[in-house]
Amino acid sequence: MSAHADVRHAPGPVGGAFFTPGVKIVAVVAGIGALAIVYRLAFGLGAATNLNDGYPWGLWIAFDVVTGTALACGGYAMALLVYILNKGQYHPLVRPALLTSAFGYTIAGVSVVLDVGRYWLLWKVPLYFWHWNLNSVLLEVALCIMAYTMVLWIELSPAFFERGVTAETPWIRRVSERGLPFMKKALVWVIALGLLLPTMHQSSLGSLLLLAGPRLHELWNTPLLPLLFLVSCVGMGYAAVVMEGALASSVLKRRPEREMLAGLGQAILPVLGLYLVLRLGDLVWRGQLGALFAFDLYSVLSLIEIGLFIAAPLMLATERQRADMGNLFRAAMVLVLGGALYRFDVYLVAFNPGAHWSYFPSVGETLVTAGLVSLEVLGYVMIVKYFPILTGRAPEARAPILART
Amino acid sequence: MGISRRSALKAMASVTATSAVSAISARPAAAAEAPADAVGMLYDTTLCIGCKACVVACADANDRERDTAWSEGKWQAPVDLNQHTRNIIKLYVDGPTRSFVKQQCMHCIDPACVNACMLGSLQKREFGIVTYEASLCTGCRYCQMACPYNIPKFEWTKAFNPKISKCELCNHRLAEGKEPACCEVCPREAVIYGTRADLLAEAHRRLEAHPDRYVPKVYGEFDAGGTQVLYLSHVPFEQIGLPDIGPRSVPETQRSLQHGIYQWFAAPVALYGVLAAVMLRHRAKQGNETAGNADGGQP
Repeated sequence: MSAHADVRHAPGPVGGAFFTPGVKIVAVVAGIGALAIVYRLAFGLGAATNLNDGYPWGLWIAFDVVTGTALACGGYAMALLVYILNKGQYHPLVRPALLTSAFGYTIAGVSVVLDVGRYWLLWKVPLYFWHWNLNSVLLEVALCIMAYTMVLWIELSPAFFERGVTAETPWIRRVSERGLPFMKKALVWVIALGLLLPTMHQSSLGSLLLLAGPRLHELWNTPLLPLLFLVSCVGMGYAAVVMEGALASSVLKRRPEREMLAGLGQAILPVLGLYLVLRLGDLVWRGQLGALFAFDLYSVLSLIEIGLFIAAPLMLATERQRADMGNLFRAAMVLVLGGALYRFDVYLVAFNPGAHWSYFPSVGETLVTAGLVSLEVLGYVMIVKYFPILTGRAPEARAPILART
Repeated sequence: MGISRRSALKAMASVTATSAVSAISARPAAAAEAPADAVGMLYDTTLCIGCKACVVACADANDRERDTAWSEGKWQAPVDLNQHTRNIIKLYVDGPTRSFVKQQCMHCIDPACVNACMLGSLQKREFGIVTYEASLCTGCRYCQMACPYNIPKFEWTKAFNPKISKCELCNHRLAEGKEPACCEVCPREAVIYGTRADLLAEAHRRLEAHPDRYVPKVYGEFDAGGTQVLYLSHVPFEQIGLPDIGPRSVPETQRSLQHGIYQWFAAPVALYGVLAAVMLRHRAKQGNETAGNADGGQP
């Protein structure tokens, strides 16, 4: 039970130069994205996007917000595992997961600001409580996501304080010295909020489309939408942590937390089992098996999507498969693709406003999304280099192999 | 035995599961009643000659720019409802069967757009008219996702201050004691204005008087929970763009689910308590086992 007190797993700044060649390339993509954002703000949604009156929601909602926050459920999924299921040995993965989650949600927030037509009025949504329409699922999603983004940064704040206590500026030191013990006391209440809010809004991201019921294809139109979104986001959260752990260790030249990542591979299994029972059970119960095997566009996309959700657990079935880092990474990617496709299917494919409407993301929309993702990568690299987030030290500084505790 | 992690997970699952079940097994919701003062319009495909006077009158009355895109700037010829066009006449052709059809907001009794709107920018106000107030609108366009009739339109071409545009039954004209512009200008009385009750009675009178002429149904009497704009047609309604939604109002499924989950906000508060309790328990246990462990569970 003392695994997380183990020196091998204590988080520390990665250090090293920030502007590596890889970071420079990512920075260029972020810069191009910034230009696309300026274009959208200057010329409006009609000029910058392919959105239209038939498809008022496109890439920014389906990817940046709905898929992006599901991928940013790593913090949520890890907190469930560590704090509720009490698997303390996974503690070292919590901070990096929280960091990607915090960036994922922040980026989603930026996307919403760009996507709504009247962004300068967004401040009214949390503040004009006497105008709140309590029937609006979108209101709940908006308030929850705003609150959760703040909660994520607060959950991360000990990492900043830990660095801050060694700062030279006196006031930073003072704030950090007071912040650390305060956070230690408050953390249970903050983490509980960090578990409650995603449970609410990730399920509600599914409920949102129930309102489009008459125009939603039967393969996806079910009152179970919220539950399917909630269960799949937990699976995607673990998958994102696995991918991030593997990528960070290979790019930043750190020793990967092999055993922990393999353990996550196992944690994914019951989640995916539940998802598949719900997804397939729902189709059987609503008598949609015929539609599932009609082999039209909708059927093929559902089959691919369900196939990905079946392939992932098959790739993770045995301990040996999970111990193979390459295979683990690929399985996580399959699951992420499945979850992303499910969300794209619900938001863009199942939603059918009529034959004469069509939508495919514009160059501008794609550049903005690519730019925001790049910004997220830049922020991540910068923070792990200067703040204690990642564990697993660099190979050359490797400690002697200790007996497993 | 206090609260276990199992009970926490159970609580989390039940938050969505129980309400999902309650929504599925929900009794068919009592049909929403039209407001007592509900007004509306009755459109009759057998009377409309497709002159489009109503399209022009609507743009005039609502101060809309002329949509001349299709005619390359020569005359007003919208091809669909859009940011300039709140009312349109379309022609349905299938072999020898032809029908004009008028499209505008249906002013649903239980509107999906109103249900969707975060701050109540879209609201059902006096006479049951679905109105729009831009000062509370963030331009999120959830109303567009929600409306089963594809009615609310967004001013895509405006970079600054784009608004939602939709028929508000000329409520500014009603306040002056006038009719909606489209009804006033119609030379054939193909579209008429009145209270919903009167219009329903008139529609049924026509159906009884000329059963050979019409599909035997008043569209909007019960469809989607009832609408305040009613239709009579000589061709099947689905073919002129009026979908068969059934009598259940569009927001009903989502609303019963959502209210099932969030009734009194009790479930979230309870879940929060359970989650915190589980963690405090773990922490207390851990404290006993490894007293003095520096890493007391911070992330």
